[in-house]
Amino acid sequence: MEDMYREVILDHYKNPRFRGELDPADISYEDDNPLCGDNIRIDLRVDDSDRIVECAFSGQGCAISQASASMLMEDIQGKTLEEIKKYSRDDILDMLGIELGPVRLKCAMLSLKVLKVGAYGVKEWVED
Amino acid sequence: MDKKFDPNLIRKEFPALCREVKEGVPLVYLDTTATSQKPKYVLDSLSHYYSYSNANVHRGIHTLAEEATAAYENARVSISNFINSPRSEQVIYTRNTTEAINLVANTWGRENFCRGDRVVMTEMEHHSNLVPWQMLAESIGMEIDIVPVDDRGLLDLMVYEKLLKKNPKAVCVTHMSNVLGTLNPIRSMADLAHEHGAVIIVDGAQSAPHMPIDVQELDVDFFAFSAHKMCGPTGIGVLYGRYELLSTMPPFLGGGDMIKRVELRRFDTNDLPYKFEAGTPAIGEAVGMGAAVEYLNEIGMENIWDHEQEIVAYAMDKLEEVPGVTIYGPEADKRGGVTAFTLDGVHPHDVSQILDADGIAVRAGHHCAMPLHTRYNLVATARASYYLYNTRKDIDKLIEGLYKVKKMFG
Ligand SMILES: Cc1ncc(COP(=O)(O)O)c(C=O)c1O
Repeated sequence: MEDMYREVILDHYKNPRFRGELDPADISYEDDNPLCGDNIRIDLRVDDSDRIVECAFSGQGCAISQASASMLMEDIQGKTLEEIKKYSRDDILDMLGIELGPVRLKCAMLSLKVLKVGAYGVKEWVED
Repeated sequence: MDKKFDPNLIRKEFPALCREVKEGVPLVYLDTTATSQKPKYVLDSLSHYYSYSNANVHRGIHTLAEEATAAYENARVSISNFINSPRSEQVIYTRNTTEAINLVANTWGRENFCRGDRVVMTEMEHHSNLVPWQMLAESIGMEIDIVPVDDRGLLDLMVYEKLLKKNPKAVCVTHMSNVLGTLNPIRSMADLAHEHGAVIIVDGAQSAPHMPIDVQELDVDFFAFSAHKMCGPTGIGVLYGRYELLSTMPPFLGGGDMIKRVELRRFDTNDLPYKFEAGTPAIGEAVGMGAAVEYLNEIGMENIWDHEQEIVAYAMDKLEEVPGVTIYGPEADKRGGVTAFTLDGVHPHDVSQILDADGIAVRAGHHCAMPLHTRYNLVATARASYYLYNTRKDIDKLIEGLYKVKKMFG
């Protein structure tokens, strides 16, 4: 547990990076985790080559869901949508640097799910 | 068993309460509302049944089948006495409260509701007393009316009386809220329902484990509860029903045991209670539920209720002293042993997770009462709940844990 609330996670939770909304945005998607009531929305602006020029997240939820969103926003700076599509669960776990049980894993993965659905477009998204 | 009520002695009868969550960290179990721990008396009854008397019930001529049948039926009699049911045939075994309510909705409900008929439910119901009726309403085209929860966390009985004027066929209400702890005035709600010709279906999942229940005194038509919340095993629960209603209701599931006679194209239904017990039932679990009832009787439901009243009052006093804590629901004297709360700036999941590191088990989430959380503009709460085996020391550890959480997130 001490691990789960590592200083860096609490820091991202208390001082989230890229928190807010972009209006207008090129891509916006929002989802929640009904089990816990975590909610994340991500807005992206991309340039002509689908490279991210601006991003923001909003929503509410537990420290794990919100910190992972904040860390993810930091990580995707300057990445292209194609690169984002390649993000996996392990990338998030590496970023958080903790191990999680199945319940909290859902909290951690919510922002990735929202981001990837956004990048793929809702219709093309297949859960992996 | 010691006649004098002492939670410190009672705890010792529950193996789980004597374990450590990890080296040096004993369990502080505050999640009874989800499911209770089980005393050795009940565990032994399960083990004994499966070890020595295991056989299928009814129709068996051999010794084990007779023992199993006797144990299964004796448990029914114990449970029937526990709720003061007029006859033990009015005690139907189900898997749990949820299945009991689904049984009523799908038999009595399907038979009696027509398009446009109304059903009254409340804002504090557990999903298990909402969704079965929503499903029925959708398939038949019934109208749903809701009794709101007022700012004190009590049902708005003025609205209830108004809704009854629309002549609903049924009222579905929980005896005790699993989130707010609110104890609803079932007897007067039943009287009013009956005056208006409605049948009252009571979710007793949170009351039967904690207080004396007398279904005749409450004058309810249906009453559902689960063994696992009252020191018994999972997989077994009870539907109590008024005899006239149960005997005229169509069966629920079809198969073995629920029939008297079967031909290739038709069947005759069996008598009560077997009409509603199709297939091999949870025999060992029923026996375990009987043992749970014996165990609780021995301690005394009055004693259990009094103890929980004291514990919940203490818990509320202590919780209210923690800056940033909000408790939902009525004052201690209007509730059972449940406290759902939030802590400013910390998500209930984080609260629960951090408490877990100190062995403190509380639940976080919507507790299967999403509409109630919506009413309070919440997505989740943390919930500590209390039973015969909880002590003031458990509460003190909870409070200590909450200060730790605050420090971490401060
Ligand atoms: C008030 C209430 N009703 C119904 C239930 C459902 O009980 P079960 O899951 O045993 O069917 C619960 C327990 O979760 C409850 O607290």
